[in-house]
Amino acid sequence: MEVEAAKLIGAGLATIGVAGPGIGLGTVFGAYISGIFRNPSVQQQAFGQVLLGFALVEAIALFALVIAFLILFG
Amino acid sequence: MSAEKSPNLIDPIHQFVITTIAPIKIGNVDISFTNSSQFMVIAVIAVMFFFILGLSKRSIVPNRFQIMCELSYEFIANLLRTNVGDQGRAFFPFVFSLFMFIFFCNLIGLVPYTFTVTSHFAVTFAFAGLIFIGVTILGFVKNGFGYLRMFYPSGVPIYMAPVIIPIEIISYLSRPIALSVRLMANMLAGHSIIKIFAGFIVMMGFFGVIPLAGLVAIYALETFIAFLQAYIFTILTCIYLNDALHPHH
Repeated sequence: MEVEAAKLIGAGLATIGVAGPGIGLGTVFGAYISGIFRNPSVQQQAFGQVLLGFALVEAIALFALVIAFLILFG
Repeated sequence: MSAEKSPNLIDPIHQFVITTIAPIKIGNVDISFTNSSQFMVIAVIAVMFFFILGLSKRSIVPNRFQIMCELSYEFIANLLRTNVGDQGRAFFPFVFSLFMFIFFCNLIGLVPYTFTVTSHFAVTFAFAGLIFIGVTILGFVKNGFGYLRMFYPSGVPIYMAPVIIPIEIISYLSRPIALSVRLMANMLAGHSIIKIFAGFIVMMGFFGVIPLAGLVAIYALETFIAFLQAYIFTILTCIYLNDALHPHH
């Protein structure tokens, strides 16, 4: 197989890793929503924590993206 | 990165290429003034002007500009107070300038035809490595060798120690890498996505209105991400500081 073609396939495969953070983001926001429906008074307080969780989970997805970029352009 | 070899029409990586503006060499070390350093200087000047202009006419009833300055101050002061406590007050100047610098670098990078300083691993790792080394030294200075107890959480049974301690050490050592890659990858990915969508608009001709609407939404998201990543970087710095100052939590 040509190296160029293998690179494209490899970069595509590397993005499969985004599936995990997808589940993670669903968990973060799902827990946040069910939390604020149980106790609406903590909404402001919880949102900061949600943003932190969101960014931590999203970073994992971006690691996969960086690997894809490295394969594609590296 | 081999930009010219890429078979794609859209070249999203090209915007991250570093070009030399004024070549400076000391021995074999290349310390040229590049577009990266240029935008760092611009960010510093922008932060300075933001506060000088905002706080030059201080009044009891602040105008909008002064409110912006005071909000950014109180935001970081609150962050430090809730995460580190009273002992964190000594680190306020460092944390505040770190936040403002990263935030302004991220924001300036969103302007078309500019360069995003924080999209380079060398820059973010310099920040994160400096914080990591500083926090580790601080932990040992404040706690002596008691700081090493951080690698063995209290309440863990002794037979778990051979498993827990290596994991804790690895997770401690991976902090600077995770911290820097998070910021760098967010900026890299965000700007690449904007570039790719902009390419769709050109390619699709009249129907480019559809990706244009998407691009506007992504741009709004990226502005939010620019703030959020600066916030995350700062809050994680605060959490590491807290670990160094109060390790027995």
